[in-house]
Amino acid sequence: MLESVSQTLVFGILVGALYGLVALGLSLVFGVTKFLNVAHGELLMFGGYASFWAVSLLGLDPFLTIPTTILALLAVGVILYKLLFARMVKLPEETKIKNTLLVGFGLSVILQNLALRFWTADDRGITAAYSSQALTILGVRFPLVRLISLGTALVFLLALHLFLRKTYTGKAIRATVQDWEAATLMGIDIHKVYLLAFALGAALAGVAGTLVAVNYSIEPSMGLNWTLKALIVMVMGGLGSITGTLVGGLALGLTESATSLLLSNNYREVVGLVLFLLILVFRPQGLFGAKEN
Amino acid sequence: MLSLESIDVFYDDLQALWGVSLQVEEGELVALVGPNGAGKTTVLRAISGLLAPAGGRITFGGLDLARVAAHKIVDQGISQVPESGRIFAGMTVLENLELGAFSAEARKSKDRSLEWVFEIFPRMQERMSQRAGTLSGGERQMLAIGRALMSKPKLLMLDEPSFGLAPILVAHTFEMVKKINQEGVSILLVEQNVRAALELADRAYLLENGRIVGQGAGDDLLNYESVRSAYLA
Repeated sequence: MLESVSQTLVFGILVGALYGLVALGLSLVFGVTKFLNVAHGELLMFGGYASFWAVSLLGLDPFLTIPTTILALLAVGVILYKLLFARMVKLPEETKIKNTLLVGFGLSVILQNLALRFWTADDRGITAAYSSQALTILGVRFPLVRLISLGTALVFLLALHLFLRKTYTGKAIRATVQDWEAATLMGIDIHKVYLLAFALGAALAGVAGTLVAVNYSIEPSMGLNWTLKALIVMVMGGLGSITGTLVGGLALGLTESATSLLLSNNYREVVGLVLFLLILVFRPQGLFGAKEN
Repeated sequence: MLSLESIDVFYDDLQALWGVSLQVEEGELVALVGPNGAGKTTVLRAISGLLAPAGGRITFGGLDLARVAAHKIVDQGISQVPESGRIFAGMTVLENLELGAFSAEARKSKDRSLEWVFEIFPRMQERMSQRAGTLSGGERQMLAIGRALMSKPKLLMLDEPSFGLAPILVAHTFEMVKKINQEGVSILLVEQNVRAALELADRAYLLENGRIVGQGAGDDLLNYESVRSAYLA
């Protein structure tokens, strides 16, 4: 019993960090631009395929495809922003959220069908040479691929945190979030800030896609499920907090694992959505989010 | 140095400014006074490029500012302290000041500007690593002015720096404005506190319902019968 509880905890944490990373990009984009890009899961799917093809064609180690996937998704992010989102920058906040929501839905259908056309509906997965290896400590298994994924997720969470805290560009992004007019008076070009945040959000979705392709599998219609996870985590963690996003991810991962253990695997997905509704009703600023000042 | 030539500004269909003309010469301290809702803030927003005038011309050092994007205005040497400061409350005092020197030109002399600001507002040095949102009202105003000075402006525009401050802090703020002006920074001061602003300014403009209705040396305006009865009674 103790072992299965520990194993559940470990798997919960391993998957939770991935959830945190999935939500990170969405949260960054929403926090900065107030664009609710529900095609985030499709960007993640594209990232998965980018890595899949890099592994298949170039024979790279799956985790070494992350740089090329980042480049590919940065490009996708820039194109989508210029094509669709740039014109919505100046809308009032509420209209902006609604309009981007609609555009995002349309976009997710288009991206899904493009993927279907290019890559068929087959499930694909990436297998690393060490996919079957695992560490066993005190009877608890730590699959190697999941451990590396955990490390990767933490590295990107930390990297974004440092970027926003320590660099001039990062500070400009935070200033724009707080007051875009005052930021403009400082000489910050908010259009550049929005573009950068959007492209970074796409790149982070791409990295998450790589991890999903290695740990699970990818197929064209997978996006919605991951967009939902990202939304749940974002709401749990509260906006504008990277720590909150990580904690939200871990909380979702642990809740899901615990549900599998205590109830049944069938309720795994449902429990996250129930949590989502409860938080929206009782604590709309998120579990860890501060109320806006 | 700064020249507005008969500026018209609209908010949608509503005209907010009607043919507003005003000048600020190098080294001057000019006040723009008038009642609430007269359009004083609108004048500053038009100069900073946050609003585009429908008619007229704004030039600074001979350059037509209509060709300059809003975020490039500060590069020209114009810095604004917006109404109620609008400091970045979630960031530290130091980060706020650093952002004041965001533009490429200002960043080169960031360290020297920081020393200058700390000289004028020693309190800001003490509070350097504190979150700006935890500052008192007077300190916030200092930070907002300090942040605007970090870009080494030729022209500093202040929007109601006395707003919400206790009288003793108002006096202190105005002293600081005078001091900054004496260090060679031209000032355009927008105020509802008409008496204090007119006493401080070299010259002043009186704005009512979006129109300039009076101008002259600060002392002269103080003695206008209409000004006295409307604002100083």
